[in-house]
Amino acid sequence: MEWQLWIIETLRRALAYGTPLLLGTLGEIYTERSGILNLGVEGMMILGAFTGFVTTFVTGNPWIGFLMGALVGGAASLIHAFLSINLRVIQVVSGLALTLFGLGLTGVLGRGWEGQPLKVSLEMFSVPYLKEIPILGPIVFTEQNVLVYIGIGFALLLWIVLFKTSWGITIRSVGEDPATADALGINIPLVRYLCTFIGGVLAGIGGAYLSIIYRPSWTQGMTSGMGWIVIALTIFSLWHPLMAIVGSYIFGSLFYLSFRLQPWVAPELLTIMPYLFTILAPMFLNVHRTLRRRMGAPAALGIPYSREEE
Amino acid sequence: MLRLKIEKRLTPTWKVVFSVTVLSIFLAFFVIGFIFLGYGINPVKAYIEILIETVGNFYGITQILWQSIPLLLCGVGLLLAFKASFWNIGAEGQLLMGSLGATWAALFSGLPDFLLIPMIFILGFAGGAIWGLVSTVLKAKFKVNEVITTLMMNYIAMNIILYLIHGPWKGEEMKGFAYTNSFPQPAWLPTLGMSYIHWPTLIMGLVAVAVIYLIISRTKLGYEVKVIGQSQKAAKYAGISYFQTIFWVMLISGGCAGLAGAGEVAGVHHMLRHPDQISLGYGYTGIIVAWLARGNPIVTILTSLLFGAIYVAGDVMQLSFGLPFQIVNVFTGMILFFLISSDHLMRYKISFRREE
Repeated sequence: MEWQLWIIETLRRALAYGTPLLLGTLGEIYTERSGILNLGVEGMMILGAFTGFVTTFVTGNPWIGFLMGALVGGAASLIHAFLSINLRVIQVVSGLALTLFGLGLTGVLGRGWEGQPLKVSLEMFSVPYLKEIPILGPIVFTEQNVLVYIGIGFALLLWIVLFKTSWGITIRSVGEDPATADALGINIPLVRYLCTFIGGVLAGIGGAYLSIIYRPSWTQGMTSGMGWIVIALTIFSLWHPLMAIVGSYIFGSLFYLSFRLQPWVAPELLTIMPYLFTILAPMFLNVHRTLRRRMGAPAALGIPYSREEE
Repeated sequence: MLRLKIEKRLTPTWKVVFSVTVLSIFLAFFVIGFIFLGYGINPVKAYIEILIETVGNFYGITQILWQSIPLLLCGVGLLLAFKASFWNIGAEGQLLMGSLGATWAALFSGLPDFLLIPMIFILGFAGGAIWGLVSTVLKAKFKVNEVITTLMMNYIAMNIILYLIHGPWKGEEMKGFAYTNSFPQPAWLPTLGMSYIHWPTLIMGLVAVAVIYLIISRTKLGYEVKVIGQSQKAAKYAGISYFQTIFWVMLISGGCAGLAGAGEVAGVHHMLRHPDQISLGYGYTGIIVAWLARGNPIVTILTSLLFGAIYVAGDVMQLSFGLPFQIVNVFTGMILFFLISSDHLMRYKISFRREE
């Protein structure tokens, strides 16, 4: 049956296309759970994409590329952390500045690298035995790159940490009620710094994925709004790492379909699909009453914490 | 012995605000000097050359005025939205939709010549306003975060224009290129002398500044905007309708950005073309133009000129030093970083006191 194969192929590719979104979303979930709103994801991703590409190009080793992408993404997030935690600035503006800065800097530094193809990338592989499982096998275990599994692994790990360990309780309490957490002796700036850093590292890896695996080359502005979709996905997934998997793969399939449907629909209109979905999805979620009740963001999200009375 | 004394102050004086703003701009220039060094360019020489090429001669000054037109319109509109704490990040898309409306008026409306230019501005305003209002409805009725929706609408607008210039609106005269046909001559905005300054749009910008100033300082709407901007809860208790207020705010804010787009296509390009060429990121830079003005619409005239100069400097850097135009975004991002950091510091007064 042809249409069945078609669906399986779409879902298989959705995993590969959704992985950078998943990585970024997991990071932003941690950042926001600790009460910091970082709208600089787009900037951190593009910085990760650029450094990931250049490092891989120079060293010939994509793993070093991912490492550098992660470090640069993390370093960029520390700017936002410093401004938000120490200087207590308006976090919306600081995140925007980070995005502008990242897009600008990579545009300047990356000009000479444009159009150079990456000769090494991570190989696609199929998992023996597991790929024989009906339906699941051809979707999850056939012709994937290893980052897809790393992404799922991160989601599981971060879910366990956030909901099954005392560290998770600490992070969540800092995001919900920092004053009480402070009274309990929790070091609020430290928790927030760490969570923002995790967000930056994962966004950096997500960006590096774009330039090393997704489209093994560097183009200025190649994240094309993915960082903003990550921020929307953080909300759809109700700040929950497992829900982030579902959301990211839905978007992954949209990205894949926008290439796949090109013989029938104008490519520019197809490109709109994920953006349009980003706007419409929360609308539907909000209409649903029980979902709306659960949609609550961490109570202290975006509010700087200080012991001084304001 | 000298003792450092730090006191809190409630509202910083304008002198402090001004000097801190100038200082942050200088700091940004200083840090960016290192990028010049990285390219093997002497930053001091570079800045001197940039100064000469921008404010140092008549042509440079007309270029600055010309570049500041869309920045002024976007910036002053955004200022109104920010005053209501509505984070409109979508001026870029609103500008593009304005250029789309204007293009339709110029090429397909079939109006008599003398009505073309008024219609270009009307549809330009409408295009931007409608685009802004989508996010308003989503925020007020469905509680969808406006930062995300306004941003997504930018990407949607961009792709709609790409679709039109590659498909249905692609001009026959243009051979293989993805442009629309050129606008008929009566739809071209007049320019000042030999410069590029399309003065009707400039006047629109100044009118927008005056109108928004009056709205904020003299009207009920302005009062409601300020209350909502301070606290949505307080506004609710005061019986102010969030939706109604934000509706008018975004109609004006989006409309202003739309006018900027109309000015770009009718005054500069005389056709609809690739979105990256219509807007050099005016909608995003407008955010900083508004932010720098610290809530005062009249100050946007100064801040838009400043960023107009930075844009012209970007051209100079491209032509004289071979740096990509993206350097402008590095500047704007950096200035924004320093500005918001100084915001916090301004709330403290540092003084030295001699003690025995």
